[in-house]
Amino acid sequence: MPSLGPDMESARVVEWLVKPGDAVRRGDVIVVVETDKGAIEIEVFEDAVVEALVAPLDTELAVGAVLARLRTKGESEHQASPDTPKAQALPVAPAPAFRPEPPSVSTARLDAGAPRGATDSGHQRASPAARKRAADLGLDLATLHGSGPGGAVLLADLAGLGGVSRGRRAGGFDAAAMRRVIGTAMARAKREIPHYYLGQQISMAAALDWLGRANENRSVEARLLPAALLLRAVGLALTKAPSLNGYYEDGAFRAGEGIHVGWAVALRGGGLVAPAIHDVDKLNIDALMSALRDVVARARRGGLRRSEMVDATVTVTSLGERGADTVQPIIHPPQVAMIGFGRIVERPWAVAGQVQVQPVIGVSLAADHRVSDGHLGSQFLSEIERLLNAPESL
Amino acid sequence: MNEQQIRAMVADALAEIAPEVDVGAVDDSSDLRQALDLDSMDFLNLVIALSQRTGCQIPEADYPKLYNLKNMAAYFAD
Repeated sequence: MPSLGPDMESARVVEWLVKPGDAVRRGDVIVVVETDKGAIEIEVFEDAVVEALVAPLDTELAVGAVLARLRTKGESEHQASPDTPKAQALPVAPAPAFRPEPPSVSTARLDAGAPRGATDSGHQRASPAARKRAADLGLDLATLHGSGPGGAVLLADLAGLGGVSRGRRAGGFDAAAMRRVIGTAMARAKREIPHYYLGQQISMAAALDWLGRANENRSVEARLLPAALLLRAVGLALTKAPSLNGYYEDGAFRAGEGIHVGWAVALRGGGLVAPAIHDVDKLNIDALMSALRDVVARARRGGLRRSEMVDATVTVTSLGERGADTVQPIIHPPQVAMIGFGRIVERPWAVAGQVQVQPVIGVSLAADHRVSDGHLGSQFLSEIERLLNAPESL
Repeated sequence: MNEQQIRAMVADALAEIAPEVDVGAVDDSSDLRQALDLDSMDFLNLVIALSQRTGCQIPEADYPKLYNLKNMAAYFAD
């Protein structure tokens, strides 16, 4: 069981996407686990053949517990057989928060449980909330009829079953558990990170003008949102401010390998998750827009991947069109900076001695004083302003 | 397209964008973005879904005509 964040202690396997004998390639999603942040897809880190699915379904497992045994190229079947005392943990990508524990504690218990549903060809899709509620009620999802996309079971489908009342607008996850996770991370941030905060108002006139013209020639599917421009500007500006991109761990700063921006997504029913969009500085505006749409959609319906949960080197929150004007972000440890955008709003704006009405956005930076200073932070915000005023360069 | 059909189409589209919202509870003149807490990404996805279902390319300038179910019905009636 890989760690999906510094505060994660355990999770439950809810769905296997492979069975013994399957060949898997690095990056394939092989299992879905239910965490306090919803259902997360776990990718395999190397090419291998599945030897055995060890973890039983719907059982709380500690981080470090063995999920499955894989045979990598060159390993004989005997080496990786279940009789070998040295059971191999599911190899996952190295991540700052991943500290595997010896699997010995839980191995015996795990082996006792037959991997139910492992050979099921089709799995029942379900929203995380529905999955959780069904588990609470002891209902087997496979026996339920879903009304969601692809026959997915939604919370509403469980109404009336096991005495559940039809609750509208329920979140797609365990809101109380997520609140605890957020609380723990933010308390640690406030306790350990000496934040400094900077803010700047930036005219969005040039950016929105460019965006409007760009969208005129685009099909509906290819249209851009201001968020894509903001994300692009942050990615490019971070290439010039590497001390805002990375981690503070064990008393030292470690620069991020790549600029992977955690994009804060508000979830219905409360709570948020900030999945990583990888290599933001290397993606063009269209690729970024697609990545944003994809990651927001999967954050909401519970299909995020492990790498997206642990890879972010910095976080951006954009409050959107009905948000507040400004935000003072709280850094997500062990990261060292967070950038916040308020809503875009029309304001009087002085240009060459004249007052005009222009769309304006408030951008703010919270950064870790153990790693950088306000001077660098100011340069970073100025660079974002420069980029947004030259949108054709984005 | 009448309002009944519009409602069914919007509910169908939103099932993939915001599965837990209930279009049935929204009155035909309230702003869908506020009533269903749709952000600009949700709204864009809704426009895309409506465009695909109706075969109509919806220019960005027309987005305000899609903010409530009543105007939406009028828009797609044409």
